[in-house]
Amino acid sequence: MNLKKYQEVIIKPLIDENPITLQILGICSALAVTNNLAVTLVMCVAVISVLSFSNLFISLIRNHIPSSIRIIVQMTIIASLVIVVDELLKAYDYETSKKLSVFVGLIITNCIVMGRAEAFAMKEKPLLSFLDGLGNGLGYSLILIGVATIRELFGAGTLFGYEILPLVTNGGWYMGNNLLLLPPSSFIIIGLFIWLIRTIKPSQIEEDDFVVSNHSTSPDLTKRELNV
Amino acid sequence: MFEHYLNIFITTVFIENIALSLFLGMCTFIAISKKIDAAFGLGIAVIVVCLITVPLNNLIYNYILREDALTWIGIEGTNLEFVELISYIGVIAASVQILEMFLDKYVPALYNALGQFLPLITVNCAILGASLFMIEKDLLFTESIVYGFGAGFGWALAIVVLAGIREKLKYSDIPEGLKGLGTTFIIVGLMSFGFMSFGGISL
Repeated sequence: MNLKKYQEVIIKPLIDENPITLQILGICSALAVTNNLAVTLVMCVAVISVLSFSNLFISLIRNHIPSSIRIIVQMTIIASLVIVVDELLKAYDYETSKKLSVFVGLIITNCIVMGRAEAFAMKEKPLLSFLDGLGNGLGYSLILIGVATIRELFGAGTLFGYEILPLVTNGGWYMGNNLLLLPPSSFIIIGLFIWLIRTIKPSQIEEDDFVVSNHSTSPDLTKRELNV
Repeated sequence: MFEHYLNIFITTVFIENIALSLFLGMCTFIAISKKIDAAFGLGIAVIVVCLITVPLNNLIYNYILREDALTWIGIEGTNLEFVELISYIGVIAASVQILEMFLDKYVPALYNALGQFLPLITVNCAILGASLFMIEKDLLFTESIVYGFGAGFGWALAIVVLAGIREKLKYSDIPEGLKGLGTTFIIVGLMSFGFMSFGGISL
């Protein structure tokens, strides 16, 4: 156990093992809340805090949880943390809390939290689990903030509500792309993000589920055609 | 009267489709949609669990948690809404567990078909989301039964359609980096744009 391992659990989930683009975890909330950068940031902070503390607490009691009821125990811990976050948000930032509506509650079933609890916190030491939660939360936030920046900047011409690209309707030159303000566009942006990441890191490319058989076995078959 | 229920059903299936308009249950939606059989099994399981948990949570909200809800047993001035989330997820986890045991004992054929999907459903946000939206809409008990069925049905419909498209796409020549997850995201985006066209319909 050295410093390097601690570094690794934080850095790795950012791009190499990103929860959204590789592990397929926590996608639901990534879509509905990303049309506005400020709201997205609040959501990211909420997810990061729930994720790291749930990892910490589950890891602390991991040796005392009977495996038959572990899902219920994890759920209870996660749900309690989410309630704390939800109440805090209602108390200090009611406007944002209204905009996020049910999505704060849905952090409970955000599979990123359960997934990391199952895969990491049940096996590793508390501090390391806490950092793993932090790292995965940051990886999640990275994608969310990326999507939100694109959607708000090119959809509405603003960032955090400040005008960056002056819209035609306000006497400027930029015609806002209303398509980006619609929720489905975030799917397409995430799809393109995945393409970008996998072009940079070809090791993440998925294998084909099938092999197209060749009509003849010519000696100069390329590697790709043989699917090896 | 019948029209009113039909109205709720159609609205939840098409206009407010839980997967494609509200984006709930996306993780399983994308992960388990490679094959139609698996998608179909999961879809049925979601319908059953939604049909059970949404009305159950409706009763819990109206008779226990809601403000002044406990007057029927003589306690006044209560408001337990802050334990909302934990009670709903408890109900969901418990009903999934009971359903699993029930199916295992009495309907083994269905258990074998659904068995592996049932634990996944506890963490499917479509189920919890359906309950939360039911509370937000303030539905009556009978309405919540229809809403629960509609929510599950809409989700099942969407995942079967996606699995169908993905099976067809297996034979397409897709750029390396977009294979698998990348294209799936883009397809879901397009499907969801398609479902938005139901949005203008008022019933």
